[in-house]
Amino acid sequence: MLFSFTSSFAQTDQDAIMMNKNLFCTGLNYSHSSWNKYWEGTNLRDNLNIGTISTNQISVMGNYGIKDNLNLLFNAPFISNKASRGVLHPASGIQDFSAWIKWMPIETSLKNGTFSLYLLGGASVPMTDYIVDYLPLSIGLKSSTVSGRLLLDYQLGKFFITGSETYTLRGNTKLERNSYYTTSLFLTNEVSMPDVNTISLRTGYRSSGLIAEAIITDMKTLGGFDITKNNMPFPSNKMNATTIAANIKYEIQKVSGLALVGGASHVIAGRNVGQSTGFYGGFFYILDFSKKKEKKTTSDNSSTQNK
Amino acid sequence: MKKNTIKIYLVIAILTLAYCSKKITSRTDNLPALNPASIDITAGAWKTILLKRPDTFAVATPLLVTNVNYIAELNEIKGLQKNLSKEQDENIKYWAAGGVLRWNEIMRALVAKYNLPPYQNPDGTYPIPSSANPFAYPLFPFANPPYAARAYAYITAAQYDALVACWYYKKLYNRPAPYITDVNIVAKVPSTTLPSYPSEAAVLAGVTAEMMKLLFPTEIGAIQLKAQAHEDAAIMSGSATRSDIAAGEALGRQIAQTFIARARTDNAGKAVGTPADWANFETSTAAKGEIPWISQDNPKRPGMLPLFGKVIPFLFDTATTRALVPPPPPLTSSDQMKKETAEVYSYTSNPTLENKQLVLFWGDGVGTYTPPGHWNAIAAEDFIPKNLSEVKWARNLALLNMSLMDAGIVCWNTKYTYYNPRPSQLNPAIKTLTGLPNFPSYISGHSTFSGAASTILGYLNPERAAAYTQMAADASKSRLVGGLHYRSDCEIGIKVGNSVGQYAVDRAKLDGAN
Repeated sequence: MLFSFTSSFAQTDQDAIMMNKNLFCTGLNYSHSSWNKYWEGTNLRDNLNIGTISTNQISVMGNYGIKDNLNLLFNAPFISNKASRGVLHPASGIQDFSAWIKWMPIETSLKNGTFSLYLLGGASVPMTDYIVDYLPLSIGLKSSTVSGRLLLDYQLGKFFITGSETYTLRGNTKLERNSYYTTSLFLTNEVSMPDVNTISLRTGYRSSGLIAEAIITDMKTLGGFDITKNNMPFPSNKMNATTIAANIKYEIQKVSGLALVGGASHVIAGRNVGQSTGFYGGFFYILDFSKKKEKKTTSDNSSTQNK
Repeated sequence: MKKNTIKIYLVIAILTLAYCSKKITSRTDNLPALNPASIDITAGAWKTILLKRPDTFAVATPLLVTNVNYIAELNEIKGLQKNLSKEQDENIKYWAAGGVLRWNEIMRALVAKYNLPPYQNPDGTYPIPSSANPFAYPLFPFANPPYAARAYAYITAAQYDALVACWYYKKLYNRPAPYITDVNIVAKVPSTTLPSYPSEAAVLAGVTAEMMKLLFPTEIGAIQLKAQAHEDAAIMSGSATRSDIAAGEALGRQIAQTFIARARTDNAGKAVGTPADWANFETSTAAKGEIPWISQDNPKRPGMLPLFGKVIPFLFDTATTRALVPPPPPLTSSDQMKKETAEVYSYTSNPTLENKQLVLFWGDGVGTYTPPGHWNAIAAEDFIPKNLSEVKWARNLALLNMSLMDAGIVCWNTKYTYYNPRPSQLNPAIKTLTGLPNFPSYISGHSTFSGAASTILGYLNPERAAAYTQMAADASKSRLVGGLHYRSDCEIGIKVGNSVGQYAVDRAKLDGAN
C-alpha cells in the first residue's frame, strides 16, 4: 500500500498454512526492491530527479498457534528508502506493526484432495512518529488499518491452489503541514484514506519440507486521485498494483524447526505506484511451548499434514 | 436468530464508525456568518491603490424603494426564499462567512492546482507556459511563488479598490438592504445598516472574476460559476436585489480593468527572460570570480522567473527595489561560506524528527499554495474572529499581499544579482529534507516573504505580533535545517522582508482605515 511498493510474499497471513497449538514460529525477513519508473496516473514515466528509488526492509515476524485451527500472527518492519539521483534526503525508520488472527473453520475432504477455508482479521498501527508527507521516500502512509480476508485452499496430492480477497479499511492519516490540495483545497492536516481491496491467487507445489509457488496479486485502491503531471505523489492517491511473485520455502532437515524462505516479485501493472522489482529472503524457527514435549516432525507446514 | 441480529448491528456500527472517521473537515468549513463590529460606513474615503478617485467609474442613481420595478425585485427575493433548497441554503451559509475570505480560499486552491513545474521536452529543454495558449501543455500558469505572490496582490488590491468605490456609492445613495425595506424578507445573514446599493458581493464577484481571466485563464468558466453562486447567495439571503447586484458586478468588472492594464505593463510578462539572459547570469558571476548558481534539476532547468526582480512593485518604485537589495553574500571561496556550508551539512547529515517536521510544515513547495498562500491562510484565520467589514478584510489582505509581492520582487532581484549557489551545490553530500527550489540561494524566499508578512500582520493585528515574528523565524529556520539555505540567506532574508513590510505599515497608517 505504499508508493514504493515492497511486499514479502512469504508472510503466513497470506497462505493456507497453520501452526499447531502452542507452537511459535518466528523469523526475520529481508527484502530489497527498486524502481526507476512509476505510473503518474496511468502514464509510465521515469524521473531524472530521483533516478532509482530503492527500498530495504527487515521484518520481524511471528506466528503462534493458539489452537490447531486458530493462529495469531504479527509483523514489524524496519524500512529504508533512498533515491539514486537528485538531492532528496533518504528516509528510514520503524514502520507499522501489524497483527492477524487466522481461523480455519472448515477443513474437509473434497474429491481426492482437501478443501479448507480461512477467515482472517487484521489490524495495523504505526509504531513510530515517522514522516508521511515525503513520498516517494516516506517509509509509510501512517494510517491505521483494519482488514478482513477470506482465503480458500484446495490441495490435491502435492499440488495446491489458494485464492484470497482482502478488504482493508484505512483510517485517516495526518500530514506534517496543515493544508493540502487533492482535487480541492483542504485546510487541515488530516487526510481521508480510501480503502483498499486485494485479490490474490497462488499455486504450486506444497509438501512437508518444500513449498514452491507462483503468486499473482491485484491491489486496488477504492477511490483516491491520480498524480497530476509532474506533481508529487500523495498519500491518498489511487494506488493500484498488479504484482507477480515466486516464492520458495524449504525446511532444513538437519535442524528441526528451521525453514528458509526466498522469492522475487515484480509489479506488472499499476497506477500511481513504482514499477518495482524485488527479492526477499529469510528464515523461520519454531519454538515449542506445548507442555508435553512430544516430537513434532513437520511442525511448520500445511495443516493438512498435521492431522 | 438473535445472535445474527446482534452481529448485523455490530457490522453496521463498525462500518458507520469507519465512514465517520474518514470525513475531513477544513478549519473554515462551518464558520458563523460574518457579523461586522463596524460597517465602516466612511470607507468610501479610504485611500485607494490605483483608482484616482472612488467615483472614477460612475454608478447610476438607483430607483426609489417605492418604485414599482424595485418592488418587483423585492418580490423576486420573497419568491426565492419560499422555496430554498438545501444546496441554496448551504450556499448562503458558505458565502455568509465573508466574500473576501472565500475568494481568497478559492485563489489559494487555484495556486495549489497550478503550482507544477513543466515536464521537460524530449531534447532536455523545458516548455514555457503561454498565456496565449493556456490549455496546451504546459498549462498556463505555472503558479510558482513569485507568480502566486503577484496574483494574490493584484486580486486583493483590485478587490480593495473596488470595495472602496462600492462603499462610496453605498453611502452616497444609501439604499437600505431588502430585509430592512420589506419586513417579509428574511435576513438569512446578520442584519446590518449597511446600504445595499451596489452589492458588495457582486462587486467582489465581478472584480475577482475579471482579474482571474488574466491570471488563471483556463479557469474562467469555473470562476464564473462561483461568481454566480456568490451573487445568488446575496439575493437569496435577503441582502441584495437584482439591481444591487447588476450595479455591483458592473462596477467590479470596470475597476478590474485598471488593474489588468497595470498588470500587462508591469514587466511580469518578461520575467522568464531569454536564453541570452540565462547565460549572462552565469558568465557575469563567473567573471567576478564567484562560483555561479547551477540548476540541480535534471535535466538542468533555467532558473525560475529570473527577471521577476524587475516587476514594478506596488508599495515603492523600482529605484527603491534596487536600494532594498542587500549587500553581497559571503564570497563563495571565503571561510565564512565554508563555515556556513558546514553548518547546513551538520543539520542535514542526521536530521532530527522535529526539524523534519518543521521543514515539511513550512515547505510550501510544488503543488501547494506557496509561502505567500501560507501567509494568507495564517492571516485569514486570524481575521475571522475579528468581525471585520468586507472592505476592512479587503484592505488588510491587500496590504499583506502587496507586501508579499514586493518582497518577492526584492528577493528575486537579489537572487539574480548575486546568483549564489545552493548549499547542496557547494557540498553535494548535503541532502535536502524537502524539494530544492530551482533558483539561486541568496536570499531565502521563505524568509523574505515571512519577514514582510510578519511585519504588516503585526501592525494589523498587534496582539499576535510576537506570534507572527516567531512564525517567520520558524519558516526561515526550516530552510536552514532543511538544507536549502545558508544562515546568511535566512537572516538577511528576514531583514529585507521586514523592510518591505514596513512600507505597507507606512501606507496602512495613512490610508484612513484605522
